[in-house]
This record gives sequence, C-alpha cells and structure tokens, in this order.
Amino acid sequence: MSDLWPRIEPLLAKVEKPARYIGMERGSQQPVWAPHKVAWLLIYPDTYEIGLPNQGLQILYEILNERGDAVAERSYAPWTDMAGSMRSKGLPLFSVDTHRSAADFDVLAFNLSAELVFTNVLEMVDLAGVPVRNVDRRPEHPIVIAGGHSTFNPEPLADYVDAFVIGEGEEVVSEITEVLAAWKKGGRADREAALHDLALIPGVYVPSMYHVEYDGMAIAAIEPRYDDVPAKVDKRTVADLDEWPYPKNQLVPLIEVVHDRLNVEVFRGCTRGCRFCQAGMITRPVRERSEESVRTMVAEGLRRTGYDEVALTSLSTADFSGIEGVVANLVNDQPGTGQVSLSLPSLRVDAFTVGLASQIQKVRRTGLTFAPEAGSWRLRQVINKLVLEEDLYAAVDSAYSSGWRRMKLYFLTGLPTEVDEDTLGIAELARNCVEIGRKYNKQASVTVSVGGFVPKAHTPFQWFGQNGADELRRKIGLLRDDLRPRRGSGAKNQKLSNQVNLKWHDPEATFAEGICSRGDRRVGRVIERVWRAGGTFQEWSEHFDLQRWLDACEAEGLDPQWFATRHRHVDEILPWDHITAGLHKDFLWLDWQEALAEHGLPDCRWTPCYDCGVCTDYALEHVVASPIAPAGGSQGTNQDWSNQDGVAVRFLGRKPRPERPASDENAAPAAPVSVAALVPESGILS
Amino acid sequence: MKGGSVFPVRLQFSKVGKVRWTSHRDIARMFERAFRILELPLEFSEGFSPHPKVSFGLALSTGYESNEEYLDVSLAQVIDLETLPERLTTALPAGITVLRAVVLHDRVPALQETVTAANWIVEVARDDDVALGLDEFQTAVDAALARDEITIRRSRKGKLVDDDVRGAIRHFRATVDPVSGGIVCDLEVSTQPRSAKPCDVLAAIMQVTPAIGPLVERRVLRVHQWIERDGARLSPLDADARPHAASARAS
Repeated sequence: MSDLWPRIEPLLAKVEKPARYIGMERGSQQPVWAPHKVAWLLIYPDTYEIGLPNQGLQILYEILNERGDAVAERSYAPWTDMAGSMRSKGLPLFSVDTHRSAADFDVLAFNLSAELVFTNVLEMVDLAGVPVRNVDRRPEHPIVIAGGHSTFNPEPLADYVDAFVIGEGEEVVSEITEVLAAWKKGGRADREAALHDLALIPGVYVPSMYHVEYDGMAIAAIEPRYDDVPAKVDKRTVADLDEWPYPKNQLVPLIEVVHDRLNVEVFRGCTRGCRFCQAGMITRPVRERSEESVRTMVAEGLRRTGYDEVALTSLSTADFSGIEGVVANLVNDQPGTGQVSLSLPSLRVDAFTVGLASQIQKVRRTGLTFAPEAGSWRLRQVINKLVLEEDLYAAVDSAYSSGWRRMKLYFLTGLPTEVDEDTLGIAELARNCVEIGRKYNKQASVTVSVGGFVPKAHTPFQWFGQNGADELRRKIGLLRDDLRPRRGSGAKNQKLSNQVNLKWHDPEATFAEGICSRGDRRVGRVIERVWRAGGTFQEWSEHFDLQRWLDACEAEGLDPQWFATRHRHVDEILPWDHITAGLHKDFLWLDWQEALAEHGLPDCRWTPCYDCGVCTDYALEHVVASPIAPAGGSQGTNQDWSNQDGVAVRFLGRKPRPERPASDENAAPAAPVSVAALVPESGILS
Repeated sequence: MKGGSVFPVRLQFSKVGKVRWTSHRDIARMFERAFRILELPLEFSEGFSPHPKVSFGLALSTGYESNEEYLDVSLAQVIDLETLPERLTTALPAGITVLRAVVLHDRVPALQETVTAANWIVEVARDDDVALGLDEFQTAVDAALARDEITIRRSRKGKLVDDDVRGAIRHFRATVDPVSGGIVCDLEVSTQPRSAKPCDVLAAIMQVTPAIGPLVERRVLRVHQWIERDGARLSPLDADARPHAASARAS
C-alpha cells in the first residue's frame, strides 16, 4: 500500500510524454483509503491522451468517490517505452492519482470503447501482476470488470474479465460496490460466491456463470450454470439524465489530449436508426438533458475548468431540442473573459446545421465535417442514413458561402449491398463539393475519410459478413484511381480531383477488428496470442501487424474468415444472444431485410413507433423536450418519408399493430430482397 | 512587453515536483486557463484569431525544476496585485506557485530578449550507476573550462545543429552534497546570444573527457535569472517594474 512515485520518477526522463504518468489534473482526487472501502481502479486501456477525456470514466470516478464505502483512482495504458521500463524494473501498473500499485485495488475496471484495445486489457492486467485468465485468479487478486460499448459482445474477453457491465454505469457501480464491500468484509475468501452475487445484479454479466456449448463451429447453447443467474442479461439504462449531472468537475489535463475542452453531454440514445451504428442502437431510448441543466453545466464547467471551448456531445447534437436556446445563450452572454468557442461534434448534414455552426464559429472558420457515410442515395437508404444529395450540396454551399474553406466528409466502405458504382459515388460527391466550394473560394478543398465497415452486435447488420481486407483494399484503390489526375478525364474533372484529399483506414486493421467484433469465446485465445506476441496498441498503425492475428488464428485452429466475412444465418445462435440492449432480435432481423430492400426508416421520435422493443420493455419513453421535429424534418432533410413503405415489424406470438401493413406472420417482409447473395438460405422468421 | 497595455504585469513563479514533467507549452496553457478561471481582464491580440497577450520567458526543459520563472501578461484594467499570486496559485497545479507580481513600465523589452544570465543547481551522476568521484569529475570540468570552444551537436527547433557551448558557461563548481553524498554543481550560464542547457554543459564535459561519462543529470533546478543592463545585475522583477505601491493603486 505504498506510493510508487519514487520508483516511477527515475523512469520518466527517458520516456515520451512523461506527464502522461503524473496525474495532478484539475478535478483529480486524492481519495482517502480505509479498510472497509472498496477500491476501484478505473482503467482506460489506451494512451493517456485518448483515455483522459473519456466521460464515462470521469463520471464513475466522481460517483464512486462521493460514496462513503468506495475510493476510485485512474490508470491509462503506459506507452510501450514506459511499459518496457516498468517491466525491466519490476514496477507494476499504477494509478495516476496516488501512484499506488494496481494490485492494491479491489477492482480493476476497464472501459472498452473499441475492440482493438482488447490486447491492451491483457497487457494491463498482466502489468498489474494479476493472472490474465480469470480461472487462474485467487482470493488475493482484484476482480476484473469491464464496461463500455464493446461489452455488448463480451464473449471474446469472457475468459479474461470476471464481470461485464452492460449499459450505463451510473447506478450499477453502487450496487457492485455493495456486493464487493460485503465480500471484502468477509476477508475476500470466496471469490466464486462474490462473482455469483455480482451475476445477480441486473446489467452485470459474469461469463464464468454461463456455459457455452458448441456444435462444430456453431454455438449450440449458452446457458447459465445456476438457476438464479439470468438466462439473458439486460442492459442498464439511466432514466433521467438531469439526476446525473456528471462529471461535475471535469478533469483538466496538464498536457494536450484529444477533445481537450469542456464536454457536456446533451442527450443519450439516438433514433435516427443508422443501421451500421452500434452506438445509436444500444443506447436507446433518447434521453435529453433539460436545456436549463445543460446551461448550468456549461456555465459552471467553464468557470471551474478555465477552458475556452465547450462541446455539446451526443450522437447527433443538432437534434437536441434545446440546441438553439443553448447556442444563443453561449454566444451572447457567457460571463467571464475572452471568447468561448463551441463545437458540435456529430452534426447532421443539412443547412440548419451550417446555420448553427456559423452562429457559433464567428471567428475561425477553417473546417467543417459531415458524414454522408455512403456514396449513393441507394446505399444511404440501405444503411438508413437518409441524406439526399441536395441536402449535402445545400449544406456544403451554405458552409462555403459562410466562409468555411475546408470540408471533411466521412464515408464507410464495405457496406451491405455496396457495388462499385456506390463506392465511386464517394469520389463524385467529393468533386461536386469541391466544385461548389470553388464558387466561393479557389482554394476550397475537401478531405474524404473512408473507413472500412465492421458489423457490430445488436445492429441490423450483425448478420452481414464484412468485406475482406483484399476487397476493401480494392475499393479504396478504385477511389484512389478515380481521384488520381489522369488523361481523358477532362481538365475540369482533374482540377476538382486535385482538391480532394483521400484518407483511408487500414483494411487489415478493419479485418482484425472484425474478428473481435463478432467473435465468440474461442476468439479470446487469439487475442491472448496476439498480446503474447507483442501486439499491444493495435489501434496504432505503428504497432499493428495483421500477421500476428493470422498466426494466432492458425495456432488456435480458427478460421478468421468464419468470424469476419461470413454472413450469419437467421437461425444461428449469435455469441451475444444472451445479452440484450432491449432491441428485439425480430426487429433487428426485419430492419436488416428492409435494408436489403433499400428501404429507409424515418426517426421514430416524431413518427409512429416501430416496436424496436426498447421503450416498451424498459417502460421508458423517449425524453425529448420538444414534441416537434427539429427544422428540416426527418434527418433534417425537409423530406417527407411518411409515404414510404414503413418497415413491416411484426413479432412472433404478438399481434401486429393495427396501423401496420397486415401481412402473414411467417412470410418474408413485403419488400423484395434485392441482393440475393446477402440473403441467408433459410426462410425468414421461420 | 511589446505594444501599449493598460496594465502590464510580470509574474514570478516556481515549478517544482511532479509538475516538472510538463513542458513549457503545457505551462503556457495552464496559465491561460488559470487567468480565465480568475476571470482576469485579459487584453487580446488583434486579428483573425485573437489570443490573450501573454509572453513567456526562457523555456524550461521538460523535467527541469525552477525557483524563478517569469511571464508577462497584459491586462485591460488595473487589478489588486497583492492577492494575485495567491489567487493564481489556487488555479494552477500543485508545484506551480506564483511568488510575486509587479506592474511593468510600458513597452518593456520581452523577457526572452532581455534576460542575459541564469543560475542552475545540477545533480550529476553516472548513467550506468558507477560511482562518480568529485576529484575525477572536477578534473573533467576543469579540462572543459580550459577550452576556448566546445562544439556539440544538439537539436534546436527540430534540427540538429553544431553549437559552441563553452562560450555560454560562466561558472561551474562541483561539490559533494552532504546529505545524499552525490555530486551537486553550481552553474551559471549566459543566455544571450545563445544559451546552454545543463544537459548541453554535461555533453560538453563528456566531449572533452569521454571517460567521465556516461553522465546523467538527476535533478536540475534553475535558481535565478538575471537582466544585466548598464553594468547592473537585476532581477527581472526589478528591472522594468514601475514602483509597486503607486502602480497597484493607480486607476
């Protein structure tokens, strides 16, 4: 129980960015330890600069430290230089708050926001001096917990993490603390009993309490090992964000980090229904913070932190009912000195958004980002990103005419039903945007950023076999060729292409992410082998090497294609079927069929319910301050989608809603399925 | 500080302890946030992207500590300087303590140009943990000081350049620390036209006497900075300050 600082400090002169390891942020705490208190080490398994701003971790840090029976400190993944020095000096993983050894804590709680950090989890558990596999842990070892979006398919880490938290953590951390306080009081004797008690907390999944049976590669059954352990673990959801105005003391780092500004979350959940977007699907229903509460958090946050920039965060901030009021308030009468700039990440593509942006970015109009996600209207209907080309061009025109000079456009490639025409549509859209920009500014440029699509659990695309690395590389090659200056394409086309800057995500990393994203328990051994072969920081290109993953799969006798590129069967037990985000599997399947039929689905906040299952099962309504849709209608496009074919959502054993189109329960949805190759062989809903 | 200012203030502060692992730029951002937390009436630069008018003195390398750092900030109103150091200190990380604040004359030269000398205390050891004797070390120091010029290769603004270091060394004396038993050096360097950091001085000593190395600095503390002008040696707090009582009460 000692301060490791005297042993840490001599290592710092020789590592990159030594201030990563010193703590001391404004808002950080020096908790007072006591034998009865449950000590949490909250861990972000990536660098300090990536992890420090994480709001989820900061929220739990405050909530736990407010409790009389808990202390919470933080740790971030030491960069490879520091990890190397620590290993050579026998120095364990430590907290940045009081520089204690991780082994002094009762809980190591990881935040998993992406799959490629999984190997870092093993690295940090090992650096903590704790056995990486959960079966090898003994009474003296801390309990290893994980939360965050990637736990919606917890199976790849099922043999490594003792307990997963599914969903939002504000309430459940207290329930976990109470169970562990009792365990501690009993001398931490019976680890199995403590885990069993944890498994009884709603939203907590203890993988060792479940038995998975295989039939060859297929999963035959996933069953609890005890009668009282739930067969299905339901996510946790906080009903009223105004009851949780956290973080109250946002941490202000001493070094530059990502999102280095005050961040105020304005709502959770999203019902835009983008089918590729796991975050939107698993965080439903929509719960807005009240406008008043947002204003208070902004004003107090700025005063406490000294930041001159605030971001209003959510999955689509222009959809926040109170957005105009909050923006006007910030722009007009912010107290204090100097200027406060406001950033709105995750913006919709429309002119309303640009109007908002010009209101707030009075001074520096350098870059603006839009995410059309796909290059053709057809494909945008498939993925339910209902942005018309006119909307995008109107937004871009409005942005360039208001003085912006650079546009960034985000796209995905490797989407379901994508053909080369869709991919090449990205280049065409980008050139058209440059052409619009050149009306206002000869230097107008567009950066196109293309990511490879990885299907995620609990989304309508969870059955889709992702594109292999070769196919993604081919598609990026198509785009590169199309944007490369060449003979015969016309001088104008060439000039426009020259102003498009193409960036893409490494297709090999996308492939590795795909192995983990929909992997089952057997993938755990692959992750362990990659880690043992030195594969940490897999999100960092300088440390990523697909060969490690392929070698690991081979050594485990697993076919990586089976996990990544294989289309799933409708009857298949998916590795995460015992976890639920409240979305009915029938809804997801039907939405998948609607996708294949190229049918878009308007936002349910302002249209009738599609029975996705979330609101009805949790008895929660969407908490939206305004009963009317924001300017621009559904998706902000001013388009009326109500005359489109609605999604034919029906449930087995339930009567269809009267307002829905009547159809045979056992037949395929009314919409024709257009891409035969993507349809699993068996009947639908059989 | 360049340009007219209603209330130009010079701050003296220390940087010691864990916070020494932050960079010069990090310190600048910490102060800008502290000024906003205190809602100080900052003056801003004109132009496309206005910035508060803050001007820092000589950079302190990451990992070095200091008893005497300086920065100038332009304020748009007269404020109480008596309480300012304490108030600012509460808005800064532990280890950064604002010691004094004075009001400057108008348009005084920038700290980076006007500070001419600095004193350091440097703990030196061998990087391979071999014991370093005072006598052998002093011999190596004397050998270095006997040279007129010692050119070392160092990184400046991202480029490798060959610089003479000997010219900047004014005084170097090694003693044994009675508590730790390690070697502690008193070092005075010129900071104009080009300064030499303690690590540069050690590199110069090793260049002249390679067998003395590998040397490593354990703890480095800047203890003084000086403005030498017209034969006088002044603290940056005194060199360009207006009489304190009058200025603090002026309105």
